[in-house]
Amino acid sequence: MATYQDFIQQNEDRDGVRCSWNLWPSSRLEATRLVVPVSCLFTPLKERPDLPPVQYEPVLCSRASCKAVLNPLCQVDFRAKIWACNFCFQRNPFPPSYAGISEVNQPAELMPQFSTIEYIVQRGPPTPLVFLYVVDTCLEEEDLQALRESLQMSLSLLPPNALVGLITFGRMIQVHELSCEGIAKSYVFRGTKELTPKQIQEMLGLMKPAASGQQGRPLAPQDAATSCRFLQPVHKVDMNLTDLLGELQRDPWPVPQGKRPLRSTGIALSIAVGLLEGTFPNTGARVMLFMGGPPTQGPGMVVGDELKTPIRSWHDIQKDNARHMKKAIKYYEALANRAAVNGHSIDIYAFALDQTGLLEMKCLSNLTGGHIVMGDSFNTSLFKQTFQRVFSKDYNGEFHMAFGGVLEVKTSRELKVAGAIGPCVCTARPELGVGGTCQWKICSLSPSTTLALYFEVVNQHNSPIPQGGRGAIQFVTQYQHSNTQRRIRVTTIARNWADAQSQIQHIESSFDQEAAAVLMARLGVFRAESEEGPDVLRWLDRQLIRLFMFHLRRSPFLQVFNNSPDESSYYRHHFLCQDLTQSLIMIQPILYSYSFFGPPEPVLLDSSSILPDRILLMDTFFQLVIYHGETIAQWRKAGYQDMPEYENFKQLLQAPLDDAQEILQTRFPMPRYIDTEHGGSQARFLLSKVNPSQTHNNLYAWGQEAGAPILTDDVSLQVFMDHLKKLAVSSSA
Amino acid sequence: MNVNQQPHMASPYGQPQPGYQGYPQSGYGGQHVPGGYPAPYAPYNGPASAYQPGPPQGMRGPPTSGAPPVSAAQAYSQFGQGDIQNGPPPLGAPPQRPPVSQPYSQGAMNLSGPQPPYNQQFGAPPTSMQQMTTQMASMQVGSTVPSPAGPGYAPPTVSQPSVSAAYTPSAPSSFAPTSTVPTQPPSTEGTPQPYYGAPPQQPFPTAAPPFSAPGPTQPPGPPLASQQTFPQAPPPSQPPFSSAPPQVPPASYGGPPPPVQASHPRAAPPTSQPAAFPGGPPPTSTPTQYTGPPMQQPPVSQPSSFHSGPPPPPTSAAGFPPQGGAPPRPPHPGIQGPPLASQGPPMSQANHVAPPQPGMLAGPPVPGMAGPPPQPGMQGYPPQQNGAFGQVRGPQPGYAGPYPGQQSYGAAPPAQAPAPPAPKRLDPDSIPSPIQVIEDDKANKGSEPFVTGVRGQAPPLVTTNFHVKDQGNASPRFIRCTAYNIPCTSDMAKQSQVPLAAVIKPLATLPPDENSPYIVDHGESGPIRCNRCKAYMCPYMQFIEGGRRFQCGFCSCVTEVPPHYFQHLDHTGKRVDCYDRPELSLGSYEFLATVDYCKNNKIPQPPAFIFLIDVSYNAVKNGMVRIVCQELKTLLDYLPRENPDVQSNIRVGFATYNKVLHFYNVKASLAQPQMMVVSDVADMFVPLLDGFLVNVSESRVVIESLLDQIPDMFADTRETETVFGPVIQAGLEALKAADCAGKLFVFHTSLPIAEAPGKLKNREDKKLVGTDKEKSLFQPQVSFYANLAKECVAQGCCVDLFLFPNQYVDVATLGVVPTSTGGSVYKYTYFQAQSDQERFLNDLRKDIQKKVGFDAVMRVRTSTGIRATDFFGSFYMSNTTDVELAGLDCDKTVTVEFRHDDKLSEETGALMQCAVLYTSCSGQRRLRIHNMAVNCCAQLADLYRNCETDTIINFFAKYAYRCVLNNPTKNVRDSLVNQCAQILACYRKNCASPSSAGQLILPECMKLLPVYLNCVLKSDVLHPGADVSLDDRAYLRQLVSAMDVAESHVFFYPRLLPVHKLDVECDTLPVAIRDSEERLSKGGIYLLETGLNLFLWVGANAQQELLQNIFGTPAFGQIDSNMTSLPILDNPYSKRVREIVESFRAQRSRYMKLMVVKQEDKLELIFKHFLVEDKNNSGGASYVDFLCHMHKEIRQLLS
Repeated sequence: MATYQDFIQQNEDRDGVRCSWNLWPSSRLEATRLVVPVSCLFTPLKERPDLPPVQYEPVLCSRASCKAVLNPLCQVDFRAKIWACNFCFQRNPFPPSYAGISEVNQPAELMPQFSTIEYIVQRGPPTPLVFLYVVDTCLEEEDLQALRESLQMSLSLLPPNALVGLITFGRMIQVHELSCEGIAKSYVFRGTKELTPKQIQEMLGLMKPAASGQQGRPLAPQDAATSCRFLQPVHKVDMNLTDLLGELQRDPWPVPQGKRPLRSTGIALSIAVGLLEGTFPNTGARVMLFMGGPPTQGPGMVVGDELKTPIRSWHDIQKDNARHMKKAIKYYEALANRAAVNGHSIDIYAFALDQTGLLEMKCLSNLTGGHIVMGDSFNTSLFKQTFQRVFSKDYNGEFHMAFGGVLEVKTSRELKVAGAIGPCVCTARPELGVGGTCQWKICSLSPSTTLALYFEVVNQHNSPIPQGGRGAIQFVTQYQHSNTQRRIRVTTIARNWADAQSQIQHIESSFDQEAAAVLMARLGVFRAESEEGPDVLRWLDRQLIRLFMFHLRRSPFLQVFNNSPDESSYYRHHFLCQDLTQSLIMIQPILYSYSFFGPPEPVLLDSSSILPDRILLMDTFFQLVIYHGETIAQWRKAGYQDMPEYENFKQLLQAPLDDAQEILQTRFPMPRYIDTEHGGSQARFLLSKVNPSQTHNNLYAWGQEAGAPILTDDVSLQVFMDHLKKLAVSSSA
Repeated sequence: MNVNQQPHMASPYGQPQPGYQGYPQSGYGGQHVPGGYPAPYAPYNGPASAYQPGPPQGMRGPPTSGAPPVSAAQAYSQFGQGDIQNGPPPLGAPPQRPPVSQPYSQGAMNLSGPQPPYNQQFGAPPTSMQQMTTQMASMQVGSTVPSPAGPGYAPPTVSQPSVSAAYTPSAPSSFAPTSTVPTQPPSTEGTPQPYYGAPPQQPFPTAAPPFSAPGPTQPPGPPLASQQTFPQAPPPSQPPFSSAPPQVPPASYGGPPPPVQASHPRAAPPTSQPAAFPGGPPPTSTPTQYTGPPMQQPPVSQPSSFHSGPPPPPTSAAGFPPQGGAPPRPPHPGIQGPPLASQGPPMSQANHVAPPQPGMLAGPPVPGMAGPPPQPGMQGYPPQQNGAFGQVRGPQPGYAGPYPGQQSYGAAPPAQAPAPPAPKRLDPDSIPSPIQVIEDDKANKGSEPFVTGVRGQAPPLVTTNFHVKDQGNASPRFIRCTAYNIPCTSDMAKQSQVPLAAVIKPLATLPPDENSPYIVDHGESGPIRCNRCKAYMCPYMQFIEGGRRFQCGFCSCVTEVPPHYFQHLDHTGKRVDCYDRPELSLGSYEFLATVDYCKNNKIPQPPAFIFLIDVSYNAVKNGMVRIVCQELKTLLDYLPRENPDVQSNIRVGFATYNKVLHFYNVKASLAQPQMMVVSDVADMFVPLLDGFLVNVSESRVVIESLLDQIPDMFADTRETETVFGPVIQAGLEALKAADCAGKLFVFHTSLPIAEAPGKLKNREDKKLVGTDKEKSLFQPQVSFYANLAKECVAQGCCVDLFLFPNQYVDVATLGVVPTSTGGSVYKYTYFQAQSDQERFLNDLRKDIQKKVGFDAVMRVRTSTGIRATDFFGSFYMSNTTDVELAGLDCDKTVTVEFRHDDKLSEETGALMQCAVLYTSCSGQRRLRIHNMAVNCCAQLADLYRNCETDTIINFFAKYAYRCVLNNPTKNVRDSLVNQCAQILACYRKNCASPSSAGQLILPECMKLLPVYLNCVLKSDVLHPGADVSLDDRAYLRQLVSAMDVAESHVFFYPRLLPVHKLDVECDTLPVAIRDSEERLSKGGIYLLETGLNLFLWVGANAQQELLQNIFGTPAFGQIDSNMTSLPILDNPYSKRVREIVESFRAQRSRYMKLMVVKQEDKLELIFKHFLVEDKNNSGGASYVDFLCHMHKEIRQLLS
């Protein structure tokens, strides 16, 4: 533990936790003065290939209000076979199975290197995973064809015992029955009429007649599995479903000139949610929505079917001119909450040239841990590969997904949980529990899913926490593994308390700048979601006065200029659930420069980096831009790379491609891949990101060899910094 | 007949006049003469008159003495053989029956010819007429006679040869021969045969004819004579009898009282012949003879009656003899010897009667006494006769002989005074017999084409086979009117109370030998129409100004002739191309409609058929689903098309349902059909666009696969609840989506109690029957369906509903949509695949294949003075003039009632034009035009002479059946009776010759009004028995509302055919018998046709051979009463019976299930329900009782 750098790295690798401060101030007032709150980024399912799960149940603190899990921080009396809870200080006897415990024979959970440990528990019968495809049929033929193929392909990626279902929608919604032979059956609903969950279940025949005495009660999963005709194991209906998908037709209803096709996305989703709710409550399930346009009718409609009224823009929203937005948001939020309560997640794959209503629908994924992927067409590799990646598997051959996660956070009494930001819904209020526990439901988890958790120091300034103590936080994540096992992962961390007055240096050095940036950014984005744009910027400016947040300010997460509401929603969604590294990329894109002069090197995200004899590779998370400098582009056009004597040029050209490929292969969702050159239209992606140190305004740079001028009125980093310094001085004064 | 008739025609004129002159009736004759047909009439009259003048006595003499009896005998014998009933009992019996049958036939006959003459003669002599009773009798007689008369007339005038021959033979030898030759007659037997057969076997035919129709001719003479003698006989009769000792039988008749006994004995001995004579003659010949007699009698009677107190008896006697035999009897039970004779044995006739007669006789004297006295009646008689004659004559003109006779009938029964006793003693044989009328009409009008060109002429009855020649008026197959002479003023119309209505069947199927309406194309500008009233070009448009303009026959507006339609006129003012253009020369034709006539000004899409099949538990269990699916596979090849060589344009779609709906995508490109379930029944919609309605030929494979799978898919269903409203909505929505008209075929099993729009509850409550709330049971319980129907009509969505209920399904409510959209409801209660499959499938086949038009609008335009005011049928009306039919098939009928709104002129008559705009099954928009012109009359008598009872009944039934929706059924019944009484009273008051108030005088054309009306009153809708379900009543109510005249006729007065009398060798059917249990013989087998069902009643004593031939078993006990089809046996008898059954079925729009009813079997109760002349269990009056009641009503009105 040489440096904090190492410490932080080690903690992250082991526990998936990055704290903004690694020493915690001992009173609330001090904590507040620190501006960046005591908080952490927690990746619940951080991949730990070296951590084999243990096959027994965790030992819990016997205090009903605590229920903390036995961990390495607990004091253990091996002789008395008693352990003391480090959160509530309750003394608990070990269960009988721990009779053989001794100092030399300790269970894993007591060893310090197992501050994170995973238990496999047997609770009830294993429940299969459920995948419910909700497919828009108002697509162009080639889009539909691509989508059909992708869906058919996906069947082969699913575990054989997983249950699949298919709902298609256009003007009407069809819920396809999969178990039947011969005639393909489907239940059809009209897209304009809102139905209660009960009605939906009745209409789908999911309710036992009242005679059973359990009126209105959904069937037990067992019965449902056998009786639900809409969700069937993949291995049984593989052929059937493949045919069905193959025969999937475009929505047959004619679309008159000047109209949008009628798309009943809202009802389709409510039926999907209702179906799962009725059949597999509290079971891992994904609703995967594939849509090629905005919902145009029924509840949840985002825009009318008249083409002459364009879909809402930021401008409309600001002018309060988005007729359907509020209603739609409310509708989808209600749906999302229902799905979340039942542990079902909703993915949105929206591929269209225009907006599709992600702004209104984002909560579906945000609250349920679902994915959102946005693109131009289903007939692109962006969709095809991204979708394929959803079903990618880890080294154990298991999906990178987990379901029905419940994260419980327990803190020692000096701390209180203030809240969490991430793809989750809160199921227990923070005030609950003596130890300051809190629960969130994360319907779908991937190894990169990361939550930002914010804490408050309980102690007031006049009764600070005594020195030398340690505050502890325990994260208990229960989830359903993709192999249907129920698992519990427990992570326990502790940090020292420090008196801000006397140990300010220490606290300062324990500051994790990267984590803090992300944590603050999340707060900012979260606020941006709920508040007016300029206000958020002002707040951020106030908060970040002492921080370097130039790029965040310019990022699409806070800036709506040049972005549609959908794009903003999309970016924000991903920002709120990605891990720290990815988040940093999103805030401040990475720029690599390739040249004949040496190995690729990271360069400043600055217009001065744009040189004619360089190839630039920019990764903004969402986009991957390869930019060939002016000279390089000319060379390439001239075909030098094809001449044997210019083999080195060929390699130079190839190098960024290879690197890009590497990124493309791992990232989810797959970024938009852009190969451009100086003067190319797509170069705008790069130019909009770099720091405009040279513009048409600063004449002294004009025409110089160094870099390319950016035609913008944005302030450059230089100006920003100057301004910042002035402010800093004045504020401190 | 034809021959005869023609001759008549010719001769008539000449003679008629004389006759007329001679008769007071001349007036009538004269009128008639003017008419196109006067000829025939005239002849009759003429003859009559002629007869009267001279022949009367002479006639009597001869006929009475010898001929009459003989003829009678013959007739009887023939019939007697046929009629087992009578036969069985005593020997005498046979004769009796014969009489019955004979009477009928003869009746008709008489009317036409013989009687008239006789009557005339008689009448003339009696002038005063005999009593009504006698008339009654005479009526019968007359009726029988008529035909003979015809011949008779003919002979006198023109075809004397034949005629004369007939006469001569008939009277003298022929009779004897006939009687002796009974066999022959039998063979020829069917009265009709005689006619038909006549040509070949003239001699016999003649003889035969007489019996049947011709019979009259010969018999007439004789009968008349005999009858006359009889009548006379009674009082004076004896002398004649005595004189006619040989005729004894007649004597017996006449001798009613005394003779009777004698006759009995005699009868017995002679049985066949003698008996026949007595009994037979009276009856059979009676008709003829009777008529004659009556006629004659009148004279005679008069004399006698007048002369002595006997009058009463005579009167009575006379009355009896006539037809009224029955009626008279009542009055003069005793009197009648004659009646007795005829009816004596109530059932049987003379023969049987005999015994009773004695008593009767006794009675007669007394009653007769009483009655007779009233007889002023006697006087009455005369009047009656007059009236009768008049009527007779009147009718004659119109009808030929038969009527006259019949008319007289009417009169007699009333025998008012006797009334009280009468009812009981009324001789059923003596009251107007439907069979007789039917047979007469067949005989008189069945053989030559009905030419429509002449205004105001009544067409043959619906029971008659005839050929139509369209010469400017619509064929009666398209339009039948209640009256062909409309009163000129509304006052007259009100006074008469005769409804003025037309029963229109716009798309009626025509027999193969008649051309369907020609299609006329007037080019792009569309059909040429009157500028003002928009009437379409028709023969009534008068071209003027050299053809440059035409004047509308309806509104008199003058309209320019478009240049492209211009044509010069010839010297008569007719267009030169008149006969090249259907719209200028025919009564019915079609125009091609232009786009202006299309909805939304768009050429319509070809229509679609959508099949909606209930797949709930009941439907699966009773086999319906499987049967329907199986059948549809083949039926789809028979969708309606206009050109048989081309594929039908009609698209089809399929859906099934229980609590939810399942639509099927059967697009040709699919490997397998797709099912789409719509559970949101509260808000119905169609889940798919293309693929639901498909072309059969393209999607055949997919459709077959679907139909194969449906039964299996639902084989294990446990769903018992169904919806109904959403089902129709679904079909409607599908048609809307496809933007076409079409038809839904809904196969439904149960009360729709599932939660959905149009949900119903079980409201069957028999306690309400008979209360003021009963009407609510006929009304739909929710308004949902009425609104739905409106939407359906707007879209051109016709709904045919096939019901398979096991319990109450509320037909009154479910039927709303079908009956408002021009659809049909079929109901198969307790459907079982085994026994009901055939009926259902045949109905389905017919229903799918039959010619149909869609999205139809019908409008009836009339000439100034009358106006269509009310409409009955399966349709919807959004305003007061346009009848909107989502679908209109070849069986649907619309009854239109007219009222005056101004005076009409005799000169121009009244015109009506029925235009139906519809989309043909190939998607062509067309206008079918039917034109009809009727006369206008200033004399009520003309009205009564030219009306059609069957059509009136059709109207009354529809009117009453609609009234029950808003009125207590009892009120409806009462008002029907009342109206009927007013009609008859008006006739009596204004048209009949003055006569005793105690006499019932019926117009010739309406003499069956009471019996038919009684059938209507007794029908399940108006007078339900305890076992009739509400559904059945609602079902029948809806059914009748769209019936045409032929169907309503057989529906209310079922056809009862003595199968055991079938002549395997020839094509003709045996003469039907009257619907009364008394007519059934234990040894017989009868086929009863109600229009909805067929019953084969097997008497307990039926011949083993017969049973063997038909059922394949000689033992009565081994006949399986569950059989629904006759075993196919290789013998001519079996073959013929099955042929008959099939031919009956072919005549009706609905397949009639055959039920075998064994005598004494429990099914017999149902069977007896259809013997409409009898009392029924629920209190419906018998014919005789009702007639008496009616008479009472009339008398009240008159007093």
